[in-house]
Amino acid sequence: MLDLDDIQHFLLTRPRAQAARYGFLSFRRPDHGRAWLSGIIDRVGRGSLASGGPFDSRWVTVAFTWNGLRALGIDEASLATFPEEFRQGMAHRAAILGDTGANHPDRWVGGLASPDLHAIVILFASDVAERERCVREHQQYATQFPGVEALSTLDLEATPPFDYAHDHFGYRDRMSQPEIEGMGITPTPGSGAPLKAGEFFLGYPDENGDTDPLPQPEIVTRNGSFLAYRRMDEHVGAFRDFLRAHGQTPEEQELVAAKLMGRWRSGAPLVLAPHKDDPQLAADPQRNNNFDYGKMDPHGYAVPLGSHIRRMNPRDTAVNMNRRRIIRRGGTYGPPLPEGAAEDGVARGIAAFVGCASLIRQYEFAQNVWANDPRFHELGNERDPIIGTQDGSYDMTIPRRPIKKKITGLPAFTTVTGGAYFFLPGIRALRFLADGAAAKPR
Amino acid sequence: MSNASAPNDWTKPAAMAIPKEGYFTVEQGRYGPTYPRTPACYGFTIIAKIKPGTEADIRAYGKRIEDTIAASPNALAPLQLHYLRWVLFDIGQETYFMYQGIFDTDFDKYTEDAIQLFKATGVDTVFEKLEGFPTDWKTNAPAFIKFVREHQCPSFLEYGEYPFVSAAEIKKALALKQAFSSMLDHMQ
Repeated sequence: MLDLDDIQHFLLTRPRAQAARYGFLSFRRPDHGRAWLSGIIDRVGRGSLASGGPFDSRWVTVAFTWNGLRALGIDEASLATFPEEFRQGMAHRAAILGDTGANHPDRWVGGLASPDLHAIVILFASDVAERERCVREHQQYATQFPGVEALSTLDLEATPPFDYAHDHFGYRDRMSQPEIEGMGITPTPGSGAPLKAGEFFLGYPDENGDTDPLPQPEIVTRNGSFLAYRRMDEHVGAFRDFLRAHGQTPEEQELVAAKLMGRWRSGAPLVLAPHKDDPQLAADPQRNNNFDYGKMDPHGYAVPLGSHIRRMNPRDTAVNMNRRRIIRRGGTYGPPLPEGAAEDGVARGIAAFVGCASLIRQYEFAQNVWANDPRFHELGNERDPIIGTQDGSYDMTIPRRPIKKKITGLPAFTTVTGGAYFFLPGIRALRFLADGAAAKPR
Repeated sequence: MSNASAPNDWTKPAAMAIPKEGYFTVEQGRYGPTYPRTPACYGFTIIAKIKPGTEADIRAYGKRIEDTIAASPNALAPLQLHYLRWVLFDIGQETYFMYQGIFDTDFDKYTEDAIQLFKATGVDTVFEKLEGFPTDWKTNAPAFIKFVREHQCPSFLEYGEYPFVSAAEIKKALALKQAFSSMLDHMQ
């Protein structure tokens, strides 16, 4: 059974939030860090509170980098038992993740590539006014602890229109999420069976039936998860220019956008609506994820083999899919670029988290192989058109009878401007860290 | 960097001499530097000493793989193999096992899938008879991968008569040939 009293709510539920703030912290003084943590544990939402009931806007989420765990007093021998990729951190893994050129950690903002980054505090709020109220409350609280420095903050707001969640490009989000066994949620048709908790939380059996050994000390890691944070600017002007360059009419432009994603921007899957958008299908959770590729679209005539959703979730066309699933959380930042307006150079994009039990097996695999392997599905010279590392030298093939359409020199529609690996501990672990128990001789 | 300029003219046989490290430039994969694709595709040659007295068991395992593939021909499909060669040979009093595979995917990228398959088909039972194989491999994928990488002996020369052609492309070409033959038959 999942220990819902201990697991943080973050990966278990999705609050109905229109606004959020991420705070990136450095513990200049460990005692201040522990005291700060001690005072906010009661605000950290637990899994047990997340099932049913309205979302409580006081809930926050707290997670730590490897350096942050050290700053709070975890001993070196224990720190060495954490997985290598977490110890190294996302910035160190840049070459593996494709964070090169314009995406290189040297160009990241907000101090995220710095070893001084110790923690993130995440606040989701029902609206901007509520967020501002919570931020003021936290700022007042935090003034007691000058040894806890905010390296940077990021404010997020839902992008209008608000009838469903979408990014700045207009793509509907949150279409396909794994469910966790034991949570009592029936996955929507096409989403597969609920997954074993060990795929997302440490200390539980995974899809292989194995329970991997916990990093030390166990009280800190049991019921915890790893988070990969990505902040990605979306170049809306370049994206719209691209659609105009490759589509004569608005309908053709919509189809080009759909081919890059694998779904119409409404969210309707191309496998089920290959020629014309179907907003009703898009809005129907009983239908909008109910498709495969192997039987329904083996050659990619509907969903190109290299499109975003076919890479990020190859469904029945990859092996061991259940060992590669991830839980996504996040939102959009920056003002929307009005339709028809020229690119204004203002930073806007997605700031998202990937939750999993193994960063190297789940998150890094998706980024290294599915997003960035040019030879994925035998394509030869393509990367994910949305989140792959693009520098104008890769292509995009759109299968079509009788002859495929090939777009050469795909531009970069996104740039990674920050990222980090965090460990998201359970509530008992937070208390242990706050008590300084980790720092006492054992 | 783009792969667009990678040589892929299958009509022109090609050879590639490879530096001692096994790669030309360090390109980091998730588990360490990745090995290059050569005219003979991707591949590895793992050589490890076997535990004394296990030779017969390892040899017997060859028959098991034969039976597995006969019963389910696609059992090893995820590895995207061209060929496997398993060899036992002696140096002095000791016996060594060589596992040579030629395949179409960068091993670093699909390492976990390979391990999963090793478990499913029982190949791990052969690995367990090798000196130094981690006893906790079932829950310690990084240790399994470290063992494989430490025992990998990179080629210093690889040659392809039809270079850089994947098994999938070969099968497509043969299927096309078959389809044409069938079409010609139907036109008689």
